[in-house]
This record gives sequence, structure tokens and C-alpha cells, in this order.
Amino acid sequence: MNQWKNFSKGLIVENAVFVQVLGMCPTLGTTTSAYNGLGMGLATTFVLLMSNIVVSMVRNFIPDKVRIPAFIVIIASFVTVVQLTMQAYVPALYKELGLFIPLIVVNCLVLGRAEAFASKNNVWAAAIDGLGMGLGFTLALFMLGSVREILGAGSWLGFKFIKGDGMLLFVLAPGAFLALAYLISIMNKVSKKKA
Amino acid sequence: MAKKESTFLNMFLALTLVTLVSSAILGYVYELTKEPIAKAKAERQNAALRNVLPEYNNDPVKEMYKKAVDGDTLYFFPARKDSALVGIAVETFSPKGFGGMIRLMVGFLPDGTINKIAVLEHNETPGLGDKMEASKSDFSLQFDGKNPKTFKLSVKKDGGDVDAITASTISSRAFCDAVERAYKNLDLTKGGAQ
Repeated sequence: MNQWKNFSKGLIVENAVFVQVLGMCPTLGTTTSAYNGLGMGLATTFVLLMSNIVVSMVRNFIPDKVRIPAFIVIIASFVTVVQLTMQAYVPALYKELGLFIPLIVVNCLVLGRAEAFASKNNVWAAAIDGLGMGLGFTLALFMLGSVREILGAGSWLGFKFIKGDGMLLFVLAPGAFLALAYLISIMNKVSKKKA
Repeated sequence: MAKKESTFLNMFLALTLVTLVSSAILGYVYELTKEPIAKAKAERQNAALRNVLPEYNNDPVKEMYKKAVDGDTLYFFPARKDSALVGIAVETFSPKGFGGMIRLMVGFLPDGTINKIAVLEHNETPGLGDKMEASKSDFSLQFDGKNPKTFKLSVKKDGGDVDAITASTISSRAFCDAVERAYKNLDLTKGGAQ
């Protein structure tokens, strides 16, 4: 199978957020700023990459009937590794993302890739797939975080370019839904034109 | 290699092995990150202490004492310079915030005057209640140099001396509540007697 296709499908064509609409909980909850979105995306990418590799490695050794609990244990372990590491080395970001880090375990994107792709493909393909899907997810979260931060706080990645507050609605919860809806519709418009 | 059959023994072995290996890895990572996590936590606490207290040269964390009030705990950090008490920082809280718990670090001078207040933790609405952070508005600065003996710690709407944050009276009340709790439980003789 063409590895480039494996990688790039996660970025645009099968983008987890914009096309498959998976992993909505962290997508809506953590994207109050571009930096938070980026941090959450990269944490998920790491978990996705590692769990895809390990699941693919053990796929012939796990009996079918217990594959879901086994995959979940593998995923949860990597999430805990990420959690401890973030707590130790980026405490500020950890404080900001807080509860959403342990919640990566139940992100259906991660288990979805383990079940649908990694458990049926070799290690190399699974790693590429995990990386592509993760980076696509990161890209989406970063875009959504950027839009919300620029409109809501008048800053980008922490650099303020207006005085005072922006349209606060976009930093609050409803703004996440609005911004996401507009981004998805723009993506649909663009991809339709191409086809 | 053919896929393993879903027999009881195979399932048992597979799950046992997966959980064993996972727990071993987690134990190792936990040991590895234990120290940096503790260090990061202490770093944050020290930064808050240095921020709210006048210059000191002892270790307030070592002399810390606790007091349980209202279902939670207050932490007192006495600061000394050449063994003379120069201030006490109090880690205080209020459950009355608009988004739940608010935690502050309040620095008091030996005569009970508020030196400076830092917000440690809050869940207030962005753009409204979060103006309690010193980086977002001057709200918390109005307490600096005021003595609660003469400065009434409640918002003007409630007959106090504090200018509330516009449109965030609940957050402002909670802030005052936390400072008031710290002041009420502050025993300045205790820090000095040690």
C-alpha cells in the first residue's frame, strides 16, 4: 500500500475532526487558544502513534474476544505516560488542559484507529497512519484554537494585537460550536470545488 | 503467525501479560517523573510566595503550618529576614466563585496589612470574573497596603470598601470572602513566637 496515501489521508481527506467528526470532546473543550489546541493535538498524536505501533505489534497475539480491553489498557498506559511527563516538564500547559489529558483514553479517534487500522496492518503502516491521523487532528485543533483566540481574545499564540477583550463569545463554550461549524463548512466548500 | 484462538487460557494469558507489561512501564515512568513533578510544584509555590511577600531569607515552606476551617485547609507560610518576622503568606480559598473554588495566596505584613495578593487557581468566566488576575485588571491591586482593620473586606454593594469587577459581583465577593477568611484566621503572634 502506498505509505504517502496512508499518511496524507489523515491530514485532509479523512481528517478526524473536519470529516469524520471524531474526538469532539477535546476538540470543543480545549481549543480556547491556539497554544492549548496545539498542546492537546500533540499529546493525542503521541498516544495515537504509540498505541498504533504497539497494537499492531501484538495484533496476532491478542485473541479476538479480548481485543478491546487489551487495546484500552495499552492506550491508557500511554495516556498516563503523557500525563506524568506533562506534569513534570510543562506544568503550565498541564494545568490548562487538566482533565482533558486523562480523557484522551476515551477519545474514540484513538481506539477507532487501533481497531480499524492498526489491528489489521503491519507496524510500519500503523505508525504512518497514527502519525497522519494525529497530525490531522493537531492541525484541526490548532486552526480551531487560532480562530477562537483571534476572535475571542484578540491575540494569537499569546501575542495580543488589540487592547482589551475581543468577542468573548468565541472563548466561551458556544463559540467552540460556532467556530467549528464554520470551519467544517469552509472545508466542505473547498473540497467540493476540487472534486 | 496465525491469530490466537479465543480460548479461555489464551484470553487469560493475553490480558495478564498486557496488564503486567503496562503496569511495569507505568511504575518506571512514575519513578522517573516523581522528582521533576515535585520540583515543578514547589517551584510554583515558591514563585507565588516571593510574589506576595516582602524580601525574606528563610524557607517559609519548611515553617508552614495548617489550619482546617470551613471544610478545607488554610496554609500559613511565615517569612523571616534574619529571624525577624517580615510577613506571613496565607494560601486561602473560597468556594463561592462563579465557577467554583477560588484559591489565593495573600501576603500579610506583621501588623496585618495586606502586602500583595496572587491568584493561584480559579474557574471564573474569561473576560469577566478572570479579571481578578493581576495580569488582566487592577482589581486585586486595590488591596495592596490596606489593613483589614480599617478596610472593610466586602464589595461596595454590600457596604464594604472594595470596588467590584464590573459585571462580576459574584467573583468579586468570592475574592473578598477568601481574603477575609485568611485575615480572620491569621494569628500574628504565633508566627512571631516561633
